[in-house]
Amino acid sequence: MEPVKGRRETIVFISVSPNPPKSQTSAPRAHPVHPPATPPVRVRSLSTPLLWRFYESLLRIRLSEQRISRLYPTDKIQSPIHLSTGQEAVSVGVCQALRKGDHVYGTYRGHGLYLALGGGLKGFFAEMFAKTHGCSHGKGGSMHLVAPEVGLMGCSAIVASMIPVATGDALAASIQGSSRVIVAFFGDGAVDAGVFYESVNFALLKKLPILFVLENNGYAVHSKVAERHSRTDLHRVLAGVGLRGRRLEGNDVRQVYGAAQEALRSVRQGAGPLLLELTTYRWQEHVGPQSDIDGSYRRPGEKARALRRDPLGICRHALLERGATSRRLDALCARTESEIDRAVAFAEKSPFPGVGQLLRGVYR
Amino acid sequence: MNSSRRRLMSYGETIRQTLHHAMDRDPSVLVMGIGVDDHKAVFGSTLGLSKDFGTRRVIDTPISEAAMTGVAIGAAVGGMRPVHVHMRCDFLYLAMDQLMNLAAKWSYMFGGRMSVPLVVRCVIGRSWGQGAQHSQSLQSFFMHVPGIKVVMPTTSADVQGLLLAAIADPNPVLVIEHRLLYGIQGMVPSVFRAAPFGQTHVRRTGKDVTVVANSYLVVEALKAAEFLSRHGIDIEIVDPVSLVPLNAGPIVESVRKTGRALVTDTSWVSCGTSAEIAALIAEKAWDRLRVPLRRLGNAPATCPVSQPLEKAFYPDAWKITRNVFEMMGRKFPEGKWKDDDIQFKGPF
Ligand SMILES: Cc1ncc(C[n+]2csc(CCOP(=O)(O)OP(=O)(O)O)c2C)c(N)n1
Ligand SMILES: [Mg+2]
Repeated sequence: MEPVKGRRETIVFISVSPNPPKSQTSAPRAHPVHPPATPPVRVRSLSTPLLWRFYESLLRIRLSEQRISRLYPTDKIQSPIHLSTGQEAVSVGVCQALRKGDHVYGTYRGHGLYLALGGGLKGFFAEMFAKTHGCSHGKGGSMHLVAPEVGLMGCSAIVASMIPVATGDALAASIQGSSRVIVAFFGDGAVDAGVFYESVNFALLKKLPILFVLENNGYAVHSKVAERHSRTDLHRVLAGVGLRGRRLEGNDVRQVYGAAQEALRSVRQGAGPLLLELTTYRWQEHVGPQSDIDGSYRRPGEKARALRRDPLGICRHALLERGATSRRLDALCARTESEIDRAVAFAEKSPFPGVGQLLRGVYR
Repeated sequence: MNSSRRRLMSYGETIRQTLHHAMDRDPSVLVMGIGVDDHKAVFGSTLGLSKDFGTRRVIDTPISEAAMTGVAIGAAVGGMRPVHVHMRCDFLYLAMDQLMNLAAKWSYMFGGRMSVPLVVRCVIGRSWGQGAQHSQSLQSFFMHVPGIKVVMPTTSADVQGLLLAAIADPNPVLVIEHRLLYGIQGMVPSVFRAAPFGQTHVRRTGKDVTVVANSYLVVEALKAAEFLSRHGIDIEIVDPVSLVPLNAGPIVESVRKTGRALVTDTSWVSCGTSAEIAALIAEKAWDRLRVPLRRLGNAPATCPVSQPLEKAFYPDAWKITRNVFEMMGRKFPEGKWKDDDIQFKGPF
């Protein structure tokens, strides 16, 4: 596939490593107190149509964000943007394992989550342009995406702030006797915050139906996990209070899907909360449209490893192994691009909210 | 002050040099906060400090504002002079319990036997879709509770003097900066000297309307003044850089002179800084008011991202201008005015 020019860095659009990644993850570490985590998913058992669904979703996120980067210099997107590029498999793998009616909470880095849940592209781009037909009607912007129709209950720009809210939704679900499961997505930075511990304690106490998804991309802005934590096995930091946690690499969507399915089944059966730590890597700058994968704050070797473990490359390769033709893959790419074209055109045409909207919606 | 002893310097750079000076002079000063030691260094305001003073005194913190505020308070009680930095004021909501229930109370509830020499710096965000959670100005909250001083430096000279005063002060002091001021140049004395608290500056003298403006709004008020003066209206701009303690004297004096008061503020109007100042004017200059006093702050809504709404949300030069025309009993001159028609690039 064609490389796409970033402003400072040529982002390899989809890197397919010559030596295909084996279908395996970093071995899940056994939990010291609880039974060992389930073994990695047997990827052969995943159907080919399902793989295509994964790929389509990964591609939609990657291409949408590349479009955002390309549009950004036009100043039509006047809002800070936090891209998910390189981390797509976390959102896609988990969301594909969800059921209709489940509720999800996210962060300001929410593009991937919104699209993985099936949030509409038109509402997505219109929100980037802060227009009337945006998913938050132009009031929230990139950091506050919402799509309750597909289960995305909200995204917050205050680190860790949605973890207790998701826990409260799980409390509601348990009081209501609802079968829904709640998923809280958050970054490694959120583990720094007290509300994480407090919420987990409460969720355990009440055995709430919640899955905590820790999206560990190695950095909180420019600060590495080891610069903020005395121990870096974040999935186990709350083992002492009884939180079952599992860590696996989050770039192989098949593995993420398998682990999420297992975890969600357990949570749905009433076994109480679980934590999935999915390790991945942020390719772009913390905030903004450009890549800083060569940034001085990063460790040498990280970039090469990240590009080798490109979530799209891995999934694409899996499809090729199943006999997919690159023609069909390219056709999907073209179809997605034109879908994005239409969404962008729609967003361009959508009007800005009228000034009369300023005071509307503070209360309902 | 002799101009040969003054230098032109941006607001952000002034903060950096002032912190450097304070750390150099007093080994008990420490700087802590998220990202204070990275290459972006809180908009450059802490750049190079970790190199010069080491990571024991320039501490990158986890994203744990509630606990880290308590840690800063404890370090202060233990004999250090911490400067705790936040990239956005919005994150201070997480620090509220420690600041309000401990830092602000410490001196009084322990009978004045102890105090908390803590400085908290935070930056107001505005424009480019900062939105709901990256745009807030919290001075009104902090003014309400006794025990914590609050300053909003506007110029480079202000930030130099007030930051030094804050660090030297035995009490908790909140220093509220504004992101849009960081690039503006201003004259600063080449000798570092603390400015006294309780100063209110007259930024521009005028006879028709008193416009109270703080922080970045002084810039907007200066733009308005330029437009208004072209139309024969002369505003006086008064800037209470020190909100706690507040010196109402120059405000009252100005209103007694002009008979008209427009009080602007970077936060919301309701129960806000503008409400407090308006009340003081009502108490002390009521007899001189020729027209009802007015207030201008953020619209009573959450800050929206959409540009037209964002523009409608914030107080700006045009809104100041329109209010002043109305207070003068004059019609706003029709015309297709553009933002470029009035500018202020500095220096102060
Ligand atoms: C309470 C709070 N403090 C500070 C910030 C500023 N901030 C924004 S994102 C971020 C880093 C968060 O890192 P992480 O949770 O790992 O998420 P990532 O950006 O890597 O997706 C920080 C410190 C914030 N938004 N909220
Ligand atoms: Mg992170």
